[in-house]
Amino acid sequence: MSGAIRYFDNNATTRVAPEVLEAMLPFLQDQYGNASSMYRFAGRSQSALSKAREQVAALLGTSPEEIIFTSCGTESDSTAIYSALNARPEKKHFITTRVEHPAVLAIGQHLEKQGYAVSYLSVDGKGRVSLDEFAKLLNKETALVSMMFANNETGNIFPVAEAGALCRERGVPFHVDAVQAVGKIPIDLSMLPIDYLAVSGHKLHAPKGVGALYVRRGAPFRPFLRGGHQERGRRAGTEAVPNIVALGTACELAGRHIQEENTRVRALRDSLQSGLMASIADAVINGDQNNRLPNTVNISFKYVEGEAILLMLDQFGICASSGSACTSGSLEPSHVLRAMGVPFTYAHGSLRFSLSRYNTQEEVDFVVEHLPEIISRLREISPYCGFSDDAGESDVCPVSR
Amino acid sequence: MWEYTDAVRDHFLNPRNVGVLKDANAVGEVGSLACGDALKLYLKIENSRIVDASFQTFGCASAIASSSVLTDMVKGMSVEDALAVSNKDIAKALGGLPKEKMHCSVMGQEALEAAIRSWRGEPPVPHAHEGRLVCKCFGVTEEQIVKVIQENALVSVEEITNFTKAGGGCGECLEDMGEILKNVLAGGVSGKSAVGAKPVLIPDLRKSKTEAAPALSNVQRMQRVMRVLDEIIRPRLQQDGGDIELVDIDGKEVSVALRGMCTSCPSSRLTIEGFVQQTLRDQVEQDLAVREVSQ
Repeated sequence: MSGAIRYFDNNATTRVAPEVLEAMLPFLQDQYGNASSMYRFAGRSQSALSKAREQVAALLGTSPEEIIFTSCGTESDSTAIYSALNARPEKKHFITTRVEHPAVLAIGQHLEKQGYAVSYLSVDGKGRVSLDEFAKLLNKETALVSMMFANNETGNIFPVAEAGALCRERGVPFHVDAVQAVGKIPIDLSMLPIDYLAVSGHKLHAPKGVGALYVRRGAPFRPFLRGGHQERGRRAGTEAVPNIVALGTACELAGRHIQEENTRVRALRDSLQSGLMASIADAVINGDQNNRLPNTVNISFKYVEGEAILLMLDQFGICASSGSACTSGSLEPSHVLRAMGVPFTYAHGSLRFSLSRYNTQEEVDFVVEHLPEIISRLREISPYCGFSDDAGESDVCPVSR
Repeated sequence: MWEYTDAVRDHFLNPRNVGVLKDANAVGEVGSLACGDALKLYLKIENSRIVDASFQTFGCASAIASSSVLTDMVKGMSVEDALAVSNKDIAKALGGLPKEKMHCSVMGQEALEAAIRSWRGEPPVPHAHEGRLVCKCFGVTEEQIVKVIQENALVSVEEITNFTKAGGGCGECLEDMGEILKNVLAGGVSGKSAVGAKPVLIPDLRKSKTEAAPALSNVQRMQRVMRVLDEIIRPRLQQDGGDIELVDIDGKEVSVALRGMCTSCPSSRLTIEGFVQQTLRDQVEQDLAVREVSQ
């Protein structure tokens, strides 16, 4: 395989920013003190935690006391959801969407087994939720609503401000999984009716193994991990100082680059999208082009299968991802594309490119140069290509879930 | 990231025998766009020998590689030898497949069988309608499940999913698959002959298991055995090109002789014990014994 990596999978994970690595390194080397200890040596760890907390709070437009450090986005989601539910155990209705990340969706499925009524808000063909439908789902029994800020596969941005307002009117706590949104679009929690919000470090150029949870002051909270006074008793366990410092630095950098994300990175994404759409027939964009993250494009190519495309892209050092069944180890295509009603003819051949500020126009051009050839090679092998447009279209697997 | 062998990568990146074979006289098609993979296999058969082969595949790398290696394998083979190619042979030719991808090799085997059936003028899928549909998501029948369990010595439901996709959708049939697996492992279901292994019960012959069955007279027993043979067992065996003949009934011992395809079937013992005897026990008397006699 040729050496250079063209990385277009930033919704999966990101490279650690050099500034982030530099900031965290001392805490992996000489500054190893436990932030809870009494001597001055440990005090440096303590003040590093405080600084990181301020950096995260600044990016989100909130106060440091409302930030809890966790090990990852999934932990943040679980902590928030079980926290809210356990605070009001008599209420047995949970609302989320059909297109959530498994970190939330799997909790919904688990809650169903625990006797909860769980409502999954549906999406339209472009992956959008309906606020009218949402308002109808809210009722007196609703214990919590969990909605993602932005979807990892399509990049769609959800109406969390409006949904949060509806929740607040009815006194229902509102959790937002913002793992894909933080650092890509401006988020100001001082203006948003959100009670809990989950952040993941490695999606914004911090390393894996660190996350944060925003808990609005006054929102009900029950610790997920017990056994220590860390994070003011809200999350026990010795603080991962290097990772937390990294997350803080990454948040500060993200704030500085958020304009670039929405101008230069957006332009690169648009250039990639138009370049591919212009040179490949039978391709469609999945998601809402008018309201999505600036770094994400999800395209389906008819008659070919995603894993095969990815492996051919890999020959060129191009990293992307697919919603095809074969890439996930599951046997069905992405639950997000299925919820949107994307036909199987397209769902199996979906590709997601997610960019970051480290991508360049040269890399985009490289993809636009090579992908059309890959698609046409695979279409030559495919038995469906060249058939009438609706070949196989009626042949729908009766998978409904 | 799947762990693919060099052979899989090679056959995927440089697939052999791609495209429509213009003078093909045998075509087998399995899978669908909806299910995520599909294979159309073209064979040219002369004097019962495969002289050329090609394919078109929609699917992942291992589906393309399985198709490619299959076309290489069968070229030059007699039809009879080609029918003996199993999914394991295909996987082996690729140096192995990730377990989650074994269904790609099964697809190759099924397409090969379908192509040869089309050449013989038989319907493409044997027993498509008779086999009880177990997995509705991926259209997998009990027969297909029994077959992969036996041919690949599978011991878990997860493995069955890896080989057939059954249970990989909504998951509603997982329990059913567990029952089938249990039956096969217990030797209660014979492979080929036990199409849709649960026999259609003739209502007036059925004996409730809880109710003590009244003792049958010799004449009653003989009548019932003959009726079950004619109405349930023989039609099933005939679907596979086999047949059965009643030779004698001596007390509770029923002697039969297998005919047609059954005589050369390597699993004839399973057919006798697992299907014929079990069906007679279910339908007539629990303590009947079936003996095969060569005649």
